[in-house]
Amino acid sequence: MKSSLRARYPWPVFLIRRLGRFVVSLAVVVTASFAMVHALPGDPVRGALGLMASPETIAATRERLGLNDPLWRQYLDYLWNLLHLDLGTSLDTQTPVREKMAQLVPATLQLGLTAFVVCLAVAIPVGLLLGIATRDGRGRGLHFGFGGVTGLALSVPDYLVSVGLVFVFAVSLNALPVAGLSGPASFVLPVTALVVGPAAYLARIVRAETQRVLGEDYIRAARAKRLPARLIYLRHALPNTLTPTLTVSGMILASMVAGTVLVENVFAWPGVGAELVHSVLAKDYPVVQAVALFFGAGILLINLAVDIAIAVIDPRSTIKES
Amino acid sequence: MSWSRTRHHLSSPLGVVTVALLLLLVATAVVAPLLLGDRATEIAGGALQAGPSAAHPFGTDALGRDVLTRTLVATRLSLVLALLVVGIGVACGLIIGTVPVVLGRRAGRAVVAVLNLMVAFPGLLLALFLAMIFGVGARGAVLSMAIAFAPSFARLTHTTASGVANADYVSAARLLRVPRWRILIRHVIPNISEPLVINATSQVGAALLSISALSYIGFGVQPPQYDWGRMLADGLPAIYTNPAAALAPSIMIVVAGLAFVLAGELLTQVLGGSQHGHLRLPSLRSQRRDMAPAETPPPGEEVLRIERLTVTVPGETAPFSPVVDVSMRLRRGEIVGLVGESGSGKSLTAMAVAQLTSYPNVAEADVHQIKGNELRRMRPRDRERLLGTSLAMVFQDPMSSLNPTLKVGRQLAEVAETHERLGRRDAWRRAVDRLSAVLITDPQARAKQYPMAFSGGMRQRASIAMGLMAQPALIVADEPTTALDVTVQKEVLGLLRRISRESDAAVLMISHDIAVVAENASRVLVMYAGRVVEELPVSGLAEAAHPYTRALIASIPDMSTDRSRPLANIPGRPPHASDLPPGCAFAPRCGRADDRCRQARPELADSGGGGAVACWHPLLPVLESEA
Repeated sequence: MKSSLRARYPWPVFLIRRLGRFVVSLAVVVTASFAMVHALPGDPVRGALGLMASPETIAATRERLGLNDPLWRQYLDYLWNLLHLDLGTSLDTQTPVREKMAQLVPATLQLGLTAFVVCLAVAIPVGLLLGIATRDGRGRGLHFGFGGVTGLALSVPDYLVSVGLVFVFAVSLNALPVAGLSGPASFVLPVTALVVGPAAYLARIVRAETQRVLGEDYIRAARAKRLPARLIYLRHALPNTLTPTLTVSGMILASMVAGTVLVENVFAWPGVGAELVHSVLAKDYPVVQAVALFFGAGILLINLAVDIAIAVIDPRSTIKES
Repeated sequence: MSWSRTRHHLSSPLGVVTVALLLLLVATAVVAPLLLGDRATEIAGGALQAGPSAAHPFGTDALGRDVLTRTLVATRLSLVLALLVVGIGVACGLIIGTVPVVLGRRAGRAVVAVLNLMVAFPGLLLALFLAMIFGVGARGAVLSMAIAFAPSFARLTHTTASGVANADYVSAARLLRVPRWRILIRHVIPNISEPLVINATSQVGAALLSISALSYIGFGVQPPQYDWGRMLADGLPAIYTNPAAALAPSIMIVVAGLAFVLAGELLTQVLGGSQHGHLRLPSLRSQRRDMAPAETPPPGEEVLRIERLTVTVPGETAPFSPVVDVSMRLRRGEIVGLVGESGSGKSLTAMAVAQLTSYPNVAEADVHQIKGNELRRMRPRDRERLLGTSLAMVFQDPMSSLNPTLKVGRQLAEVAETHERLGRRDAWRRAVDRLSAVLITDPQARAKQYPMAFSGGMRQRASIAMGLMAQPALIVADEPTTALDVTVQKEVLGLLRRISRESDAAVLMISHDIAVVAENASRVLVMYAGRVVEELPVSGLAEAAHPYTRALIASIPDMSTDRSRPLANIPGRPPHASDLPPGCAFAPRCGRADDRCRQARPELADSGGGGAVACWHPLLPVLESEA
């Protein structure tokens, strides 16, 4: 019965299952962000306000944050407030967290999305061209050279790439700004730092996939039709490399989200990542919660988008499996 | 894992570099704090944040301490923290990952679901939030990072373990009611340890990078302790005055991380045993002395003429030729079968005839003409157009020879678009027309479908239709029915015959099945070990002169075959093309072979009766009645 339903309505069944998984995962993230505060050792308010705060201030803050209520009540309040986009008040600056996030999120999104687009724009053509150049075991030298370069790029983490870039372009050449968000030039170094590793990884995947696809029977059949090389590669080979490329792209986007935290710190980028470090050190837990929700929901959304995109492009695999 | 192979891998460039790096790191970690520990905390009288000098090759830090000494001393703490992270992470991962094996299916599924969710989040990100709970400092950073690492390791454990858990010996142990935990310890863990050890080794590198990152942003090691990450944090603000203070720890982090990644790769080679031998590639330089003389005006009848085709492929010691001196001529409308066992060179021949020989294989022929045009004398563009319009290929596996991401109609239409410059609409119309010509019902709708909606027989007919988009003079069908059901086979072969009859196209039908060829072709070429050993009309098959052809025919069961006796087969195996005997390649399996057969190879010669045979002792038609 279940399987026949799936066979008859593959799309609705797939979407319902996938969205269901998204909702459950999101619930887990929300609950985890709530639980985090209660897992903190000692009194979170005391931790945030410091040893100098008077017991009266502490008690008042606890009362204001509802920390004296029973746990279930706190959880329901937390959910209720989230539904109204009320993220609480920063313990550090006493400003609403929502306002704070409204300033930080666009800066991080600009950085992350630019990096992602640059990464795809560089890695996919490079991987495709190398896959073509190394098909059937051609160009062994090129293959090894590519492996070495990407291997090196992969073994230097983004924050150290940042340090290297700062040293070369800002200190030695004095050519580019190293801190803050001020016009297009300020994007160059942080975006490069974020892109190097993921682009190397993606280019490797695209190359390997291109090489695999070029060995398939349908490519031989396309050659037998004497199609021009352009059509063989772009029409027949490229679409067949897209599924793994998309899967990896999703992973890359998620790892770039983590990368922004460190890179924003090196370049003093006014974004969510830099704020996270600051608020963890200041034990400003309402802000940490909001950042956790932002990153958590963001990554779940990325995964959802990737799965749906794969299902649209390559209906065979996804809908059948899910 | 033999010692000699281990030694071979260790003495490779990768092995030498990796082992040297690891030894250097460990030695520094052990020795540096003992010898230099005091000097590293000593506040030199000189300048603060000074650039490199003779006394301080990498300058000094904000308190005037020597950066080089501190970088070396920090090796120990950096490595120890990374190893702790992996140790704790692997222990947790191993426990969580094997839980499903012990607890059974239902609990296992829940664990896997949680793992899948956690793996979606980058480890470093998890660690950042966990640091909130565990607090800043070395201990908190190690715990956060270890817990962040655990899910991915647990998932790897689980995937490999469930592979082993389904193995026969584990099922057998289960049937014998061996307790689950005992199965785990005795059977599962020993069999999954290899990939886990490899993964854990390269994870040390990743852990080193991550823990340094935590220290760098202030979540990890706190002063007065210092690891490389902490040094980077201290050095970076002063990058304009003394860049070396930030660069020295950065370089160490990268080098150490790289050392463990390389170690993981080395372990993979040693344990997994990757041995890709270097193959000798055939040279592209033609060894043929001369091209064929320009043929006298070719007979209009002749569609394909190929003389002395040789295909050379790479070999371990030297390139070798699985196809040697194959010649054939096909006239319009005739169906010629090319038969032989697998490995006899049929498919390589087919590919070479269609000029689809792929790198690194090399095909050479003295003459290669399609419809009287010598291919090697043509300009590439003209040649592609000629081949694209007059030669059609049908491949063995219709399931894989249509592109899964393109509509069937599109795959047909593009032929006409490319070679005849037809517009999209006209090309599509022709595609629909050709689909109906190969008896695909409702071709309008079918053309809009993807190959996955087609059955095997329909796909093969669609790929035949693809060949019919132009006006093929030659159809090369490489085992066109091998992958199909018996009933569908008949249908596809009938279609090929009809097309040949109606469009007057020649068909080169390649098959391992002489019965298929006998029913459909008018002439047969028999290949053995890369050479044509006999050529004869189908009508003459029963009186074939070559013992090999006779043996092939004898192996076909028919209605009169005595079913109480085993089917006839040919004893022995065909020789490998890289290792051919000096004489007749069939001699070792031939009942009629003598010393002459073993020493000298017979050439193809007229056998009388319209055929040719390469045999010193051909079976004569007269002898056949006696035999």
